[in-house]
Amino acid sequence: MTPLLATDVPTRLVRLAPVDIVIVVFYFALVLSIGWYLKGRANTGEDFFMAGREMTAWVAGLSFLSANLGALELMGWAGSAYQYGILATHWYWIGAIPAMLFLALVMMPFYYISRTHSVPGYLKLRFGEPSHALSAVSFAFMTVLMSGVNMFAMAKVMQIVLGWDINFSIWVSSLTVAIYVTLGGLRSAIFNEVLQFFLIWTGALLIPILGLYETGGWTNLKLQITQRASEQYVHLWSGLGSFSNNPMGINWVGIVFGLGAIISMGYWTTDFLVVQRILAAKDIRSAEMAPIIGAGFKMLVPIIVILPGLLGLAVLPEKLVPESVATVTGAHSYNDVLPLMLARYCGPGLLGLGVTALIAGFMSGMAGNVSAFTTVWTYDIYRPFINSKGSDRHYVNMGRWTTVIGVLVSVGTAYLVMQFASIMDYVQALFSFFIAPLFGTVVLGMLWKRATGPAGFWGLLCGTLSSISMWTWVKVDPSALRYVALSPHAKGLAQDMYQALWSFVVCVVMTVVVSLVTKPIPEGELTGLVYGLTEVPSVGDVPLYQKPLFWAGVVTVVFIALNIIFW
Amino acid sequence: MISIWFFIGISLSVNGALILAAGIYQLVNPPVNPGVQLFYLHANVWWGVVLLVIGALYCVKFAPRQQSKRGCLFPKGVYACRRK
Repeated sequence: MTPLLATDVPTRLVRLAPVDIVIVVFYFALVLSIGWYLKGRANTGEDFFMAGREMTAWVAGLSFLSANLGALELMGWAGSAYQYGILATHWYWIGAIPAMLFLALVMMPFYYISRTHSVPGYLKLRFGEPSHALSAVSFAFMTVLMSGVNMFAMAKVMQIVLGWDINFSIWVSSLTVAIYVTLGGLRSAIFNEVLQFFLIWTGALLIPILGLYETGGWTNLKLQITQRASEQYVHLWSGLGSFSNNPMGINWVGIVFGLGAIISMGYWTTDFLVVQRILAAKDIRSAEMAPIIGAGFKMLVPIIVILPGLLGLAVLPEKLVPESVATVTGAHSYNDVLPLMLARYCGPGLLGLGVTALIAGFMSGMAGNVSAFTTVWTYDIYRPFINSKGSDRHYVNMGRWTTVIGVLVSVGTAYLVMQFASIMDYVQALFSFFIAPLFGTVVLGMLWKRATGPAGFWGLLCGTLSSISMWTWVKVDPSALRYVALSPHAKGLAQDMYQALWSFVVCVVMTVVVSLVTKPIPEGELTGLVYGLTEVPSVGDVPLYQKPLFWAGVVTVVFIALNIIFW
Repeated sequence: MISIWFFIGISLSVNGALILAAGIYQLVNPPVNPGVQLFYLHANVWWGVVLLVIGALYCVKFAPRQQSKRGCLFPKGVYACRRK
């Protein structure tokens, strides 16, 4: 994602009318009311940390998607669409759909039948304590830092878009999240994520509708973009034959294997922030259907994210610039394209709804991080390493306190980022280090019974270290990118793709090598954890249109068709 | 237990009503300088109506009393309701 950097240029893109303020205040009142209403339904560990494992496929699926659909995501990718054109859509299609379907059909049965509370929890069952501890500690640490980074970014956006004071934004949003998650636990976070999903769509959908009306439809829009930028801005695949033939400086190998096969697989199948929502599903069919429902809606998200960026290219009179240039010149940056388009079309009332959608996106992302942190801290760190003899009530109380502490640490991180803006980039990079190797470890654990406990630990550790090493190498010597991405024409985003690819390869090779020289785990201990040794439960005797496999096929056909149409 | 969809209905209805009211006010008292493109389409009027109608449908369909009558409380959710 294009980073939203810290700037000290107080500007205001839009001015809210009284009706807009009422809509924003109503949103805060509603989320707090939901938290208050749910407070009596979070008394046991299963209720507080896993939402009682009783979510329907629709609720789990929309929540799964919403946890990723934060406002930083919306604004960052709209900015990327302005900067790189329709190529940014890859992060929504090949960079998400195959991974979501893989999670639904291949990985979800194992997560679900192992009854684990978390992804690190699965590693504990499959590989033992060292892998569990490594992934739990790194995830908890990074999640709470990411929450703070997002909080600061939100406050900064609110300052730039609305002129709000940074401290006001940080404290109001963090206290609201702390209250409703502490009261209602994961169920409250999920309810609010579904609410956010509707707010984002209703708040942002008018931009593409009115934008396409203004430009005269998709064909005219493509013509205008070609005239103002280049033809490669409106093609998904045709410019990916080489690094130098597209605005992103990447080739198809990086997109297909780096993004599609590794980064997205790592994020959508092992990042506990999103997987936790699916683990709350009420049965195996719901758990498999939820990511498929999420995938169906994910394919539509470019309408409210990518299309506004492309419309900005065609209709905005000014030329937007990179954040670094905007900081110096005071011009609008790429990341401002969504608020600019919002201000262009949305009058009183609609503007309030659009701003509420952004706030809801930020708060939902923060709540997602905090609820995931709370679960991993309580179940994967506190219970196994600090106090293993507590009662269920004790762990629920620990979860509530951890929520408050997690929010406070996030606030502290937000203020730290405020002082040292570059930390934001480092934290975001650090988080990405763990994703690709974690996917390698989990997928080998599920698919290969010969993988051993020490192999899981060393594969994860070496994969992560290799990722950090490559990132540091390019940071110290930017010309090293040509070696990491295998081309002198590669640009920044290519680094992420190839770094993930190599770290995954290192993880897999290390896991295989160590497995072959260590003692195999007895097959009896792997039942319910590995393919071939586990009877995957059936989704039941349901009609064809209720089978996950059928809907996965439908999503696949639409996915292929979309890529061909926008080739 | 109140269904999440009922809360969604409340949100859409209230937002729709507020946006519609703002749109009608601007329709009756058109501003000299609207400040937005395509003002003549009065997007806040018809978008407010769309949200209000969808929200009202959700409120009626997932109202707590109706759910209780049918014995279809969350988390059984939508599927269970439809099958009944």
